[in-house]
Amino acid sequence: PVNLFEQFQRVANAYFLFLLILQLIPEISSLSWFTTIVPLMVVFTITAVKDVTDDCFRHKSDNQVNNRQAEVLIDALRDDRIYLTSLFFSQADLLLLSSSEPHGLCYIETAELDGETNLKVRQALPVTSELGADIRRLAEFDGGVVCEPPNNKLDKFTGVLFWKDNRYSLNNEQMLLRGCVLRNTGWCFGMVIFAGPDTKLMQNSGRTKFKRTSIDRLMNALVLWIFGFLVCMGIILAIGNSIWEQQVGAHFRIYLYWSEVVNSSVFSGFLTFWSYIIILNSVVPISLYVSVEVIRLGHSYFINWDRKMYYPKKDIPAEVRTTTLNEELGQVEYIFSDKTGTITQNIMTFNKCSINGKTYGKSVSEHIKTVPVDFSFNPLADRKFQFYDHSLIESIKLGDSMVHEFFRLLSLCHTVMSEEKNAGELIYQVQSPDEGALVTAARNFGFIFKSRTPETITVEEMGKLVTYQLLAILDFNNIRKRMSVIVQTPDGQIKLYCKGADTVLFERLHPSNEELMYLTSDHLEEFAGEGLRTLALAYKSLTEEHFKEWFKILQEENTSLDNRNEHLAAAYEEIEKDMMLLGATAVEDKLQEGVTETIASLSLANIKIWVLTGDKQETAMNIGYSCHMLTDTMNEIFIVTGHTVMENQHSDREYFVLQAHALEADLENEFVEVACMCQTVICCRVTPCQKAQVVELVKKHRKAVTLAIGDGANDISMIKSAHIGIGISGEEGMQAVLASDYSFAQFRYLKRLLFVHGRWSYFRMCKFLCYFFYKNFSFTLVHFWFGFFCGFSAQTVYDQWFITLFNIVYASLPVLAMGLFDQDVNDQNSMDYAKLYEPGQLNLLFNKHTFFICIAHGVYTSFALFFIPYGAFYNTAGEDGKHIADYQSFAVTVATSLVIVVSVQIALDTSYWTAINRFFVLGSIAVYFAILFAMHSDGIFVIFPNHFPFVGNARNSLSQISVWLVILLTTVVSVMPVITFRFLKEDLNPTITDQLQKSRRKQKPLQNYIPRVYRRNSRRSAYAFSHQEGFGELITSGKNISDRTVKL
Amino acid sequence: MKNKNSQGAQECPSRCPDNSAFKQQKLPAWKPKLAAPTVLSSFFTIGLFCLLMGICLILYINYSDICLNCSKLRENSSNWDKECNCTVHFTLQENMLGNVFMYYRLQNFYQNHRRYVLSRSDAQLLGQDVNVSIQNSSCEPFTTYPNGTPVAPCGAIANSMFNDSIQLFYYLNSSTAIEVPLLKSGNSWWSDKNVKFRNPTSYNLSSAFAGTTRPPYWQKPAYLLDEEDERNNGYINDDFIIWMRVSAFPTFRNLYRRLSHTNQFADGLPAGNYTFHITYNFPVTKFKGQKQVVLSTITWSGGSNLFLGIAYTVSGAVIVLAGFIITAIHLKLRKKKTYFQR
Repeated sequence: PVNLFEQFQRVANAYFLFLLILQLIPEISSLSWFTTIVPLMVVFTITAVKDVTDDCFRHKSDNQVNNRQAEVLIDALRDDRIYLTSLFFSQADLLLLSSSEPHGLCYIETAELDGETNLKVRQALPVTSELGADIRRLAEFDGGVVCEPPNNKLDKFTGVLFWKDNRYSLNNEQMLLRGCVLRNTGWCFGMVIFAGPDTKLMQNSGRTKFKRTSIDRLMNALVLWIFGFLVCMGIILAIGNSIWEQQVGAHFRIYLYWSEVVNSSVFSGFLTFWSYIIILNSVVPISLYVSVEVIRLGHSYFINWDRKMYYPKKDIPAEVRTTTLNEELGQVEYIFSDKTGTITQNIMTFNKCSINGKTYGKSVSEHIKTVPVDFSFNPLADRKFQFYDHSLIESIKLGDSMVHEFFRLLSLCHTVMSEEKNAGELIYQVQSPDEGALVTAARNFGFIFKSRTPETITVEEMGKLVTYQLLAILDFNNIRKRMSVIVQTPDGQIKLYCKGADTVLFERLHPSNEELMYLTSDHLEEFAGEGLRTLALAYKSLTEEHFKEWFKILQEENTSLDNRNEHLAAAYEEIEKDMMLLGATAVEDKLQEGVTETIASLSLANIKIWVLTGDKQETAMNIGYSCHMLTDTMNEIFIVTGHTVMENQHSDREYFVLQAHALEADLENEFVEVACMCQTVICCRVTPCQKAQVVELVKKHRKAVTLAIGDGANDISMIKSAHIGIGISGEEGMQAVLASDYSFAQFRYLKRLLFVHGRWSYFRMCKFLCYFFYKNFSFTLVHFWFGFFCGFSAQTVYDQWFITLFNIVYASLPVLAMGLFDQDVNDQNSMDYAKLYEPGQLNLLFNKHTFFICIAHGVYTSFALFFIPYGAFYNTAGEDGKHIADYQSFAVTVATSLVIVVSVQIALDTSYWTAINRFFVLGSIAVYFAILFAMHSDGIFVIFPNHFPFVGNARNSLSQISVWLVILLTTVVSVMPVITFRFLKEDLNPTITDQLQKSRRKQKPLQNYIPRVYRRNSRRSAYAFSHQEGFGELITSGKNISDRTVKL
Repeated sequence: MKNKNSQGAQECPSRCPDNSAFKQQKLPAWKPKLAAPTVLSSFFTIGLFCLLMGICLILYINYSDICLNCSKLRENSSNWDKECNCTVHFTLQENMLGNVFMYYRLQNFYQNHRRYVLSRSDAQLLGQDVNVSIQNSSCEPFTTYPNGTPVAPCGAIANSMFNDSIQLFYYLNSSTAIEVPLLKSGNSWWSDKNVKFRNPTSYNLSSAFAGTTRPPYWQKPAYLLDEEDERNNGYINDDFIIWMRVSAFPTFRNLYRRLSHTNQFADGLPAGNYTFHITYNFPVTKFKGQKQVVLSTITWSGGSNLFLGIAYTVSGAVIVLAGFIITAIHLKLRKKKTYFQR
């Protein structure tokens, strides 16, 4: 009942209710009440069933998520303190009180929030970190916090903690925001500051909007137009009626009195208007909306059922969470993608290196042929690590000193923390995944970083333990783009090891390295060409005097108050020169499977892909190259103002970085203008909110369909604001999936979703709508023509039962079957030929133009349907001399013609005849005749003489040859022009689909082949440091070295 | 299929979708395409068929249709009580062989007007209780008389029933005329006569209609429609049944009598002079209508209407012509055809 009430709130349904009321007025009622109520009941039933299943579906998936999180949430509500263990998601914005690490340090990963993959450090206030794990004291903790109101700024927080009569100022350093993950930290205690919708994450995720497809909007507009058209027809016929009553009816009134209420021809016309509205209302078919819903639901199930979008590794099928958007998938023009976790796996692997002018390692495509290197000789090797070049291990075993030095550098020059849980099980706590990859590589090659203290680094070099004195860490920052360590070997040598961007490093090499530098530079370009992230490595031997002298300067600078950083940098500069080049490393930021191919074919289909990431420009660009979104033939233009970096790539080979508060109002237009000219756009350093803004901008300025895909909580806002939001499921965070309309496990499924399901959905929906409008116009306009011959009296042409059943029984299932099952080309072809996707983007299959063609077709058919029987029956008699031109025979003839014409038309429209289609089309005709004879049978008439007055009609009419001749002629006349036009169109102006179908008949299908473009001669080198400043300091200060490691 | 399924189940234990043809949208299907040979041949077949059909129809109709209009039987129709007679002479040039039917044809009579169509009670005509059956009907204002007596049969259709009587006389020679024997029953559909219309049951017809009155425009009550034939009286009177089957258009003809093949008329109507004797009751001038008497034979396709023949001929010709044009275009363009490129 509640459902029923809700349904009446929909405008369309309210309209039909209004019609129903009209029909109850005897003076107006031109149809019995059941002609409206029966379809309405059917529609309501179907809608109700659909709503219920939808609800259940949603309930189920919501439950899944809720159960997962419930435990923590309840704790959060009971008292304000939460205990989090490592790898746990924070569910509220917390004030860090204490943690398992010394000094109240706490490492978090914020990929969910901003897409950055490196670790960040949070430190509790000293006063609170003393509380430690003492539950009792924590429970007694009664500090109060005064802070800023909830906002969406992820990197700022200001507040004051009042505790024990003291004030402690709070900033972002103490905050664990919702969505961040605890890493490398055993546990921590926090106090809830904001929860639920107040958290910064939720503040950033934007509002949920009800999404509608463009077809929906078009359909609504068209329905309004049709409604206008209906009113026009009503007015024409009403005027006709007034005139007729005046001219003709006045004389005829001796046989046909006016009913009591009617006293003038004008009033009669007024009543006729309403009568005709009732009759002609079937041009706005009741079943339209519900049919559309059913078709969409069907398509959604097809997506859910698709095995090719099922990810067996994690047992995750594709899932449709919003069932009403399917056809929009066939019209996407802009894809906004998150980087981390969506395009990339967020896994770095050491892939290649160049040592002393010799490259090692094989590119990904060669991996298949070769066996990975066997690291079993090394008990501490990381099993997951794989390397594909045996010559490197040979060199190490042979004791090549440069190679040894290379790996020694990798094992020394970093800020990784290690932890040996059990014997032989080393765990590295890495700040940036690149560094982890490098240290792991060194570990596998026999240079195992074991542990560190503030002053020492212990490394197991080819089986023997060596402890280096750590003299200094020359930390990384964005300007230096390098980091160095200065160590003293056990035998007293002092060495500086440096790794950094090649451009910076090459400037600081000893002149004797020139030749090697060019060689290495070539290698670097080769690596970069494959989309690998590269680093150059160099070392330098120092004399003790030199170092001591320099160290003194350094310490002076360290204590200087003003411009400390600059002074430090100058000091670093001083020593980092005349270095000896060792080689270079190449780390692969592993893409998700099939990303490159997917992106390549998506761009072939004219889909513009924008990558929006919170990550750094370099990282983002690197990914752009590695997935071939960016190529070297494009020029770059950087415009740098403010802190938001926008990087664009122009389709005519110009390349472009726009950086600005481009999202603030005044630059909006230029930004969209420029960005939209480019095929690929990469936006870096964008906050979740800005992601949504970008999407909104494109939505606003280009009337294009946008799709956003992401996996993390930072993508929610974007997913919500795009026309279609897609969540990558299977990773820890479910927020993105919950906010999304579709979810699946792998980025590459996007191609199938768009090219196969989207395309089909769009194609089917368009065909369905065209046919549906055509059908209803053919059906209804017959009344209009008849109006001119029956004194505009709103007499229907058909039997009332036929009107009742036509749209829900006779003509609904075949078109539904077509809307559900039709395929113009099969899925393989849709995947292979990206061009097939274009009609959807250009909105070619269903727009106002095609709509008018459908309408014209419908009008023409109704014309034929009426006037051929009219001509044939005008003043004539049947073959036995008896009745044939009577009203009832005419009604039966026209109705039968209509059913047959409409069935033939659907037969022509259907391009994929499954057994179901056949069954429905033939079944509909069979059912029509069965019901016809049943309703015209003697038995039913005797029981309800007033409701079934057509007794015996079917038998008498359909046994007449001329009736069949009329039906045949009507069919031929209605259908032949359609065949002619279709045939000529295919001949003169074939669509891509036509051509494909034609060529498919002639030759074997072309194999799916997307050339893999390798970039050569790249002048660009990618540089990998997803680092943050400050870790060096932490290490040397010893703050983050926990007690047990110190003991080693 | 079974094997496949079980295999699939092993591969992916829980949430993997079934590998059925239906769910993977791989149902076997026939993919029809508008191929040139099929389309063109269908064009020519259908076109030629229509042409042939049309030519046949036209030949038959031309031969058979002999129609006689005695239009405009002018008379002052204001005098209802007065019985007016008129005679119309005409000469038949050729024999009308086979079945000959006599129709009356009305023009401008809106039998298909909605309020007119509705104005009847099928229950009443089925012989059900008068008082009950007319209550739910839309017979107004022909339901009851002001004094409450129900009208039988009720409604505007019944009230306006065609009530001229027409007789046909054949002149054997210039002075002696004999009446052409015409059948007045068997003119309606079997289903109407035996199912749809039934008299109320009673020991005789007049008592069955007791308590009701004739419609206001009728000259005699329903049970006197045909006093000679018990099975053609009351509601099951053929003239009445035919009238009650309302026409689809304002111009229509209803079967009035059939020729009885007796004596001279065994083969049909011989050529010669004839006279209609018409008792004029049904006024048409009031609504600017016309009424005609039509004598007609019938062809295998029924009717006496050129339309179907012409329509078939025309559409056949057009389709064949279109076929030629399409062929020409198709052949010309075949060489230039661009094949699909990626």
